[in-house]
Amino acid sequence: MSSFLTANAALIITLVKIALILFIVLTVNAYLTWFERKVVAHMQSRWGPHRVGPHGLLQPLADGAKFLLKEDPTPAGVDKFTYFLAPLMALALSLTSIAIIPFGPQSLHIFGYEIKLQIADINIGILAIYAITALSVYGVALAGWSSNSKYPLLGGLRSSAQMISYELALTMSVVGVLLMAGSFDLRAIVAQQARHAQWGFFGWNLWPQILGACCFFIAAIAETNRVPFDLPEAESELVAGFHTEYASFKFAMFFIAEYTAMITVACLIAIMFLGGWLSPFPATPFWNFTHYLPSVILIPFGLWVIWDGIRYETIFGRLVLPGIGTAMIAIGAALIVFPAANEFIQGPFWLLSKILFFLFVYVWLRGTLPRFRYDQLMSFGWKLLLPVSIANVVITAFIMLLLRSGK
Amino acid sequence: MTALVIFFVLAALAVLGALNLIVQRHPIHSALSLIVVMVALAALYLSMGADFVAAVQIIVYGGAIMVLFVFVIMLLNAGVEERTNASKLAGIAGIPLAVALLGFLAAAIARSPGSPEAASQTRALADTHSISMMLFSNFVYPFELTSFLILIAIIGALVLAQRERP
Repeated sequence: MSSFLTANAALIITLVKIALILFIVLTVNAYLTWFERKVVAHMQSRWGPHRVGPHGLLQPLADGAKFLLKEDPTPAGVDKFTYFLAPLMALALSLTSIAIIPFGPQSLHIFGYEIKLQIADINIGILAIYAITALSVYGVALAGWSSNSKYPLLGGLRSSAQMISYELALTMSVVGVLLMAGSFDLRAIVAQQARHAQWGFFGWNLWPQILGACCFFIAAIAETNRVPFDLPEAESELVAGFHTEYASFKFAMFFIAEYTAMITVACLIAIMFLGGWLSPFPATPFWNFTHYLPSVILIPFGLWVIWDGIRYETIFGRLVLPGIGTAMIAIGAALIVFPAANEFIQGPFWLLSKILFFLFVYVWLRGTLPRFRYDQLMSFGWKLLLPVSIANVVITAFIMLLLRSGK
Repeated sequence: MTALVIFFVLAALAVLGALNLIVQRHPIHSALSLIVVMVALAALYLSMGADFVAAVQIIVYGGAIMVLFVFVIMLLNAGVEERTNASKLAGIAGIPLAVALLGFLAAAIARSPGSPEAASQTRALADTHSISMMLFSNFVYPFELTSFLILIAIIGALVLAQRERP
């Protein structure tokens, strides 16, 4: 048995990593729905979910149970094979793209094996993600078509058209970054931004590529079908768009796919334009104290969670919340005691902070902006976003040529 | 050994997808089979170490072109295809032709000098850098001419689409 383990170590490590990341992503997905409802509720002067568990923290679990237990009717006259294939495709493809995201610069070393914080370290990283994005249109289009109903068909048609249109801008807007990095590899793109680490925040691709970053962000929102580009599921005109005829867990699969796509896009923006795992503070000895930021955030937050938990009368509030708080304080203290662990956590800490920030921006936009009209969406994508991102490529290439000939 | 198994699985997937493309009566099912063929081909390229070509195969063929097919089929709401006498004739004439084509291909493969050279050729095309170097040095004229062809096609499509409006 042990010889089998050592012979297939790489395979087993990868499988464990896949299981772990799948678990994390699905949990984050569930709590992203909680986060979204809570933030939008507070923006609209409501409380949001607060019945199930303290602060409604158990609401995602209740929702999950509801999705599993609800009746799952198949409408008459659907194209069975495609009807079942569509949610599977949407979910599988959006989960696959997470595999290519690197979550930190260093590797863990356990029992002599090097474990990268990434499932698949491939040298065409960004292209592979685009390949997966290109296929993910089918989930939506086929769901709309196979439902044998008018609203889903219209929703599916709209969203295919929207995704094809915005995919172009999405691709063109990163070409500037690729030109600067000279590689498709996500690690190389971050390494290129680390060349001006002493400038901190100002060394990131965001500044030279500000046009590209804006185009990418807008196109990414449209590509993930979020507000203000959520026309495929415009309630007032199309009921629920392409997933009108889907219930129960099949609906949940579309939902998980959408939220996973949001996470992937947030990772991509963080890596390509915001320096990935680089700290926003300059990498000079003067700023070394910022390395204690994870502890400084974790310990007070843990204390607050304990204080908040003991005020509840329920078992979950009294026991679980203080437990989580104690764990946070313990981790924060451990990071201060073990500098090596603290150094290791810096990269993932900053990357996750940036991802969280962008997830917040997604929710913020949803609480703020009204929906576009369909013709506005199309003319915006084709007549503004695409030309601007192409201009960005030309300008970047021209400036790079000037700088290179100047040397 | 593993590489051979992967090759045969992917090759079988591609061939079965292509057969299913013809057998299926509904255009959407045929289009889906074609997507399976495209993705299987991309996976074959990947197994040969040509990452870039594999990704482009999926983005261009699996993504753009097939999405357009599916989109048009959905937009026209095309139903199950009808079989007429002409399609029966196509079946009778098609089988000998398919056998002949298979024979030619088998003969060409049998005469080709082994796999090592083919493998070395793909290695030269493996990474993005060497592909772009070849595109913009040796093959720059065909490359630019192809771009012009695509541009002309786009303008043609625009002219056709605008014709109804005065």
